Amino acid sequence: MNGAPVFTGVGVVAPTGVGTGAHWSAVLAGEGALAPVDRFDVSGYPVGVAGLVRGFDAGACLPGRLVVQTDHWTHMGLAAADLALDDAGADPAELSEFDLGVTTASSSGGTEFGQHEMERLWAQGPGHVTVYQSIAWFYAATTGQISIRHGMRGRCGVLAAEQAGGLDALAAARGDLRDGARLIVTGGTDASLCPYGLVAQITSGLLSPCADADRAYLPFDVRAGGYCPGEGGAMFVLEDPESARARGARAYGRLTGHGATFDPQPDPWPGPPAPSYAPSGEGLWRAVEIALDDAGLAPADIDVVFADASGVPAADRAECRVIRTVFGPRGVPVTAPKTMTGRLYAGGAPLDVASALLAIRDQVIPPTINVTEPADAGIDLVGAVPREARIRHALVLARGHGGFNSAAVLSA
Amino acid sequence: MELTLADLRRIMRGCAGADESADLDGDIAQVPFADLGYDSLAVLETTSRIEKEYGVRIPDEVAADLDRPAALLEYVNGNLTGV
Repeated sequence: MNGAPVFTGVGVVAPTGVGTGAHWSAVLAGEGALAPVDRFDVSGYPVGVAGLVRGFDAGACLPGRLVVQTDHWTHMGLAAADLALDDAGADPAELSEFDLGVTTASSSGGTEFGQHEMERLWAQGPGHVTVYQSIAWFYAATTGQISIRHGMRGRCGVLAAEQAGGLDALAAARGDLRDGARLIVTGGTDASLCPYGLVAQITSGLLSPCADADRAYLPFDVRAGGYCPGEGGAMFVLEDPESARARGARAYGRLTGHGATFDPQPDPWPGPPAPSYAPSGEGLWRAVEIALDDAGLAPADIDVVFADASGVPAADRAECRVIRTVFGPRGVPVTAPKTMTGRLYAGGAPLDVASALLAIRDQVIPPTINVTEPADAGIDLVGAVPREARIRHALVLARGHGGFNSAAVLSA
Repeated sequence: MELTLADLRRIMRGCAGADESADLDGDIAQVPFADLGYDSLAVLETTSRIEKEYGVRIPDEVAADLDRPAALLEYVNGNLTGV
């Protein structure tokens, strides 16, 4: 491959909207999408609000036989992939099947589907568990279903690194293109807003119990106290630049840099939210350095940082320390549009990448909402109003629970 | 008690779903499941339902050879234990 791979298609299924246009309009308008979980009775669960995808009808955009055999998380992934391929004007049937691949990120797999099957197992017996459980639960199900649906038979895979996986999936897709593939569908979605999924997340102790959507998820704020979960994400068509040019595809931008590190944890690990949890941020710093070096850029070349925005105070402090160290005090605009959606796990970083590409296209930094009392004056945090700016290079940060740190550079 | 083609259509639609790419309404008795758009998992899901509804055991190795509706109907109806 000559040069950096290009994003030629973007597909979004997120709490902010189904479709890239709907998502971006909502983001620029600062429309928060956090709301009480209304899928089941959550009274008694220590959770407040979450980022729910509204107006998504799997039956309307996917074949009936596909809908029954896989989870809501895969439904959204399939729909986002369809949107991305359509946006790219790419028809996989017209390309050689082994030149095409799929690499997505997943953090929890087919949680809701699996929960229903476990209910049947215990209430009725093993003979009542659907055979589709065998293909619906595992992390690679979305990759597999996209691959089968579109006949993309080159290298396929999945990255599981919690919220950081979404950036690592893009890097893996870039690797596939370097190895000779022409077009990869990549990105990620996640969905765990069901009883089983929420209970699993509650055990981390990081979910905000606040029921007020305007106060529940306040990363970088003096009042920060955890985060809100969300579902959905984004999928992309990532192509070899010459291949894209040859078919006249429009490019949103390029993936020019990536870095990933892992923080070794002491044993026993106090972990968040223990008071002794005080990450240094060194792992994230190293990931940023690797990504910038990979892109051949200096910190001064970066025009905006899309923050990981944990909402856990100690992790927020570590991220601020990294940003100040690399860019200097108030050295770069920082934003967290995920304040409107919550943290989408494997869909989170891809959604940030989608927003970053649109920021590059429209030369505007999307807002961060509800953070009215910033804790660190050394960070230039974009407020609740979009900020017009010249954007050539954007840095996206993502940290995954357990010690994953990833950074990616997107360029015009 | 007998498994009819109409019963089979109902069960297939109910457990494996249906859509515009597969027309189950026609004369499908001799059409291979694969051509109807129902893969091996869909057939396993279908036989699992039939086992529960009709009390006929359909081992996986037998199911693998029942490649079309007519074959499945013949096997099930030939093994009903008149209850």
